[in-house]
Amino acid sequence: MKQAVYLDNNATTMVAPEVFEAIKPFFVERYGNPSSMHSFGGSVAREIRAARSALATLLGATPQEIVFTSGGTESDSTAILSALATNPGRREIVTTRVEHPAVLNLCKHLARAQGYTVRWLSVDKDGLLDMNEVREKISDNTAIVSVMWANNETGVLFPVNEIGEIAQEHGALMHTDAVQAVGKIPINLSELNIDFLSLSGHKLHAPKGIGALYIKKGTRFSPFVVGGHQESDRRGGTENVPGIIGIGAAAALAAKNFEDENTRVMAMRDRLQQGLLEKVPSCRINGHIEERLPNTLNIGFEYVEGEAILMRMDEKRICASSGSACTSGSLEPSHVLRAMGVPFTSVHGSIRFSLSRYNTDEEIDFVLTELPPIIEFLRSISPFGQEALNAICTVH
Amino acid sequence: MWEYSDKVKDHFFNPRNIGELQDANAVGEVGSLACGDMLKLYLKIDPDTDKIVDARFQTFGCGSAIASSSALTEMVKGKTVDEALDITNQDIADYLGGLPVEKMHCSVMGKDAFHAAVACYRGEPAPQEHEEGQLVCECFGVTDEQIRNEVRDNNLTTIEQVTNYTKAGGGCGLCHDKIEAIIQQVRGERKQAAKAEKTAPRMTNLQKIAKIQEVIEKEIRPMLQQDGGDVELIDLDGNKVFVALRGLCRSCPSSALTKGGIESKLKELVHPDLFVEEVAE
Repeated sequence: MKQAVYLDNNATTMVAPEVFEAIKPFFVERYGNPSSMHSFGGSVAREIRAARSALATLLGATPQEIVFTSGGTESDSTAILSALATNPGRREIVTTRVEHPAVLNLCKHLARAQGYTVRWLSVDKDGLLDMNEVREKISDNTAIVSVMWANNETGVLFPVNEIGEIAQEHGALMHTDAVQAVGKIPINLSELNIDFLSLSGHKLHAPKGIGALYIKKGTRFSPFVVGGHQESDRRGGTENVPGIIGIGAAAALAAKNFEDENTRVMAMRDRLQQGLLEKVPSCRINGHIEERLPNTLNIGFEYVEGEAILMRMDEKRICASSGSACTSGSLEPSHVLRAMGVPFTSVHGSIRFSLSRYNTDEEIDFVLTELPPIIEFLRSISPFGQEALNAICTVH
Repeated sequence: MWEYSDKVKDHFFNPRNIGELQDANAVGEVGSLACGDMLKLYLKIDPDTDKIVDARFQTFGCGSAIASSSALTEMVKGKTVDEALDITNQDIADYLGGLPVEKMHCSVMGKDAFHAAVACYRGEPAPQEHEEGQLVCECFGVTDEQIRNEVRDNNLTTIEQVTNYTKAGGGCGLCHDKIEAIIQQVRGERKQAAKAEKTAPRMTNLQKIAKIQEVIEKEIRPMLQQDGGDVELIDLDGNKVFVALRGLCRSCPSSALTKGGIESKLKELVHPDLFVEEVAE
């Protein structure tokens, strides 16, 4: 197998060939500025309207509620900073310990630099929130509650609508980072208590550099990027036309393939999970087995280190990622797995597989053939190898 | 993704000397499961020659930890214990064609494991138990002694470098102030040492006089006396040495040469800044 077996779709996805085709004319042929008065540019504005509409449809929103941004991080910053700016009397933010750095580090920064109080929500060993704690921490001082829809590392889903309801009771705004959820699970914002939702193009087979923020109609808003009148004065800057066309096409495609994602992709993920649990002793699933995205598997191989696994998988052209300390610049393993209290025997050896509809059964077979000997070898040179063999497999 | 050298990749994909060594007479163990890496080093040392006959390792850790362990075993084999003790973590990194800076602690782990094994062989307390020294980084269990040693040995100047080499400060970050204090302390020591070296030998007038007297006595006078001459130290003003030439030297036409000879001797043996002035009596 020469082609890479790409099982790292929570990191980024392939641009769908259909999406790529849709984008192509907007570089050399239809490069006009949508704000122009001439029809050469003006006709592009029509395409942007169509893209906005396609994305709105995927989310169960109206086109006016969609603002295009540069990606998930900008959407997160825009939502949270807007909520703080429009609610100057409220000085508290409620968020979880397992957010993506786009939210986590912004909140830490706001606490440090601007004196906001951040109320952190813990997770249990399955990565789930305690709704009592949620009720306890959201108060009339809360400006915004920011809770991710699906965790990027474990795929664990949070009950964002329920949390939004509690936020609403206290007059607080509700934001969700849904970067990993959009296109993978059903979302109908018209029925939900969510004021802001962030999403990113490159996680759903659109290009990098394009994202969107859903702003519920009637929500008071303060822009983050101030400039021209684009995006109805909510986000300045000439539109990223190819990106917007791409995310529109990807949204339409996601709506069409939604079923596939939740049946075939999920079946492949489950087969990978089952196969690894059967073939490799001493491993455990990180994250709730049910409340989870259909494409994500986070599995901890005890007594081996993640970077070593990734390097050996890479040699076989298998792409995944790890929550191990050694793969990041930092020395601490994943904040998500630590927040879940994953034992240190397996936290360093945690590997995340994230599938897409472009994966095949052959690829899963390939991983199931190649990965167990890698773990076995690394354990054979580990001073803890014997302990791994003595322990038994745990599905947690 | 880390930029690993081909040598690192080679030692990671084809590690040398793996596994337990049944008849090892020295075992060194550093790191822990909690910290994310651990190295257990086995040595077989010939007690008669002190030569390391065999070395094996078991490592739990990342690619560069495994490669550093493998390299270490190759490097120490065939050396005497004392020779191998001279291997620094930088030597291990160099052997591997370099390591990413964030991974230097892997080479330190190799060096530490070897020192622990030698301590075990010699019946000394294991160095990594760090009975002396205070715990600075609680996340990774690193003491001030360990940090000080790496700061000294590797000329570290920033907290980030200390983290790269020892892991200290890579967790919660609460110990950053303490690490900074250690860096400053070592830097202070180093500055002072450098200063001392630069002006070395920095001497008081009294010391200079004593030393000049000594050199005249032992080195210069015997030479001159052979030719029927003599020399006496009259005075010292800063670096100006006043001498009086006696005996035959006084009338010697080459007294200028003699003066030059004395000066170069004093420059060489006492202080490079000295120069000699002859006083007529």
